[in-house]
Amino acid sequence: MTSLPTAVTSSPNASAAVRVPPGLLRNVLTVAHRELRDAIRSRWFWLYTLSFAILGLAVSFVSAAGTGGTGLSGFGRTTAGLINLVLLVVPLMALTSGAASIASDRERGMLAYVLAQPVSRLEVVLGKYLGLAGALLACLSLGLGTCALILAWKGLRTSPASILWLTGLSLLLALAMLSLGMLISVLARRASVAVGTAIFVWLALVFLTDLALMAGALALRLRIETLFGLSLVNPLQVFKMWSLHAVDATLDVLGPAGLYAMDTFGDRVAILFAAALVAWIILPLGAAMALFARRSPV
Amino acid sequence: MSYMIHIEHVTKRFGRAAAVDDATLDLGAGESLALWGANGAGKTTLIRCVLGLLGFRGTIRVGGHDVRRDGKAARLLIGYVPQELGFYDDLTVCEAVAFFSRLKGLPHTDTDRTLATVGLLGHERKRIRELSGGMKQRLALAIALLGDPPVLVLDEVTASLDAVGREEFVNLLAGLSGTGRTLLFASHRIEEVAALSGRVAVLEAGRITRVVPCADFVAETDRGTVLHLFLAPSVRDQAMQSLRVGGFSPHLNGVGILVPVTPERKAAPFRLLAEARIPVDDFEIVSATHARRVAHVPHSASSSPGGNAVPHLAATEVSS
Repeated sequence: MTSLPTAVTSSPNASAAVRVPPGLLRNVLTVAHRELRDAIRSRWFWLYTLSFAILGLAVSFVSAAGTGGTGLSGFGRTTAGLINLVLLVVPLMALTSGAASIASDRERGMLAYVLAQPVSRLEVVLGKYLGLAGALLACLSLGLGTCALILAWKGLRTSPASILWLTGLSLLLALAMLSLGMLISVLARRASVAVGTAIFVWLALVFLTDLALMAGALALRLRIETLFGLSLVNPLQVFKMWSLHAVDATLDVLGPAGLYAMDTFGDRVAILFAAALVAWIILPLGAAMALFARRSPV
Repeated sequence: MSYMIHIEHVTKRFGRAAAVDDATLDLGAGESLALWGANGAGKTTLIRCVLGLLGFRGTIRVGGHDVRRDGKAARLLIGYVPQELGFYDDLTVCEAVAFFSRLKGLPHTDTDRTLATVGLLGHERKRIRELSGGMKQRLALAIALLGDPPVLVLDEVTASLDAVGREEFVNLLAGLSGTGRTLLFASHRIEEVAALSGRVAVLEAGRITRVVPCADFVAETDRGTVLHLFLAPSVRDQAMQSLRVGGFSPHLNGVGILVPVTPERKAAPFRLLAEARIPVDDFEIVSATHARRVAHVPHSASSSPGGNAVPHLAATEVSS
């Protein structure tokens, strides 16, 4: 049974008036730690991780079966299969978790409560971003790591460098999509709207922009450099091109646009990809921070 | 003169409507002030401005810190209890205390002492979702008291509690007045205002119309009591008739009957209904002011020649 005191008798501490509020780093880490633990305890984290590992294994075995199951060319196909899987799953995972983060906290009244403490809005957004980024990294590492281990155990030769590249690039893609998700979350009033918008954006990035690019190329007879330039606008395309380049050192499989990129930029094309993905991380996150500083948390 | 809370010409608009309109208010150290007003009067908006949660025109300083320019330092001095604790449900009580302790920059927290202060010792391993409404509010108070802040800001903290929880929580808070803390709270319950405040700022449509000593405010506004009787729908008409015959002016509302009574006649309606063999399922006593507020009856309608304090209550439910 609860023992209820009849009155609170403590008095304010004089030192409270002269205490210094905690610094940016401490608050960011506090919020990030909280967010990471919350994400790891949630069902979505384990669901995504498990789905990712199972789908990764399925894709790998199917790809490897087509080449007799061994050899680096086999793994080239396996990696291509994994790249396509990452293209579908990781953006969805990052966009929806980012979109839900701030909007659902606002809806539950949690955001206002946290912001009523000695913490700034910048610290809250950064902390949430870092925490979710940590959860996504854990999810990707577990998913791809499990996949690589089982492939190795089954005797399929895998290149650790390829897996590491794929994990690193997947994380960059996840960070870009997380930034976009958080921007959506700051803009939306309700969590359901935020998540719905995130799913629409995912659909647009995965399917619609590809279709639009193909249609545009045919209808408008776009020049090859314009086509390549436009494909850099979609972070998913950037990830795909960079991954293929990292694993294969060429972009031949992309056809004329890939050949144009390699002819024009050579290996420096990787810098172009990196700049595009980093811009996709920084710009939406910066916009989210700027908007969050102005918008009401209630 | 330096004030613990200084509010100067604060205006907050939502679109074209002013939720707070040119509010000016000062609270000295250790002073306790209630924000009184109907729903939508601007109490919560003003509190959110003090916490720096909303943008506004004007100036608000807490302990000398401008809440917009130096918000973290200002909020370090404030312990805040919201109407309802909205927080990560899966956290344990202990984890919640630790999280907020870190946010407040406290090097270490004596969790047991903190929880004992609000009567939550023994519940530290419970998850927040397992706590009752009253326990959640006590946890929010424990969190607010972390670091012994010199200012407490409470926003209708008992609104979501039942009658027992309300009484317990008000008792808990009563100890805070007189301990040197500055207390700013919003309420529409006269008993809370009477128990906790030294002065009352009355808000109407976003404007502070007057600031009066609590004793004067209570004497002036709480002139009567209304019994809220909960009866089965099948007996309500019969009960209305019995009460009218007994000299009362009852009014039906959504879930029962409101009966304005003078202090010396509080038991009479029960006697009348018992004689008529009409069972009363439950009842609560609400202040006339509260009943007027809910029923939107003008203050001037509160006196009646029959001695019943509130003769013109509309058929509106009084929230408990």
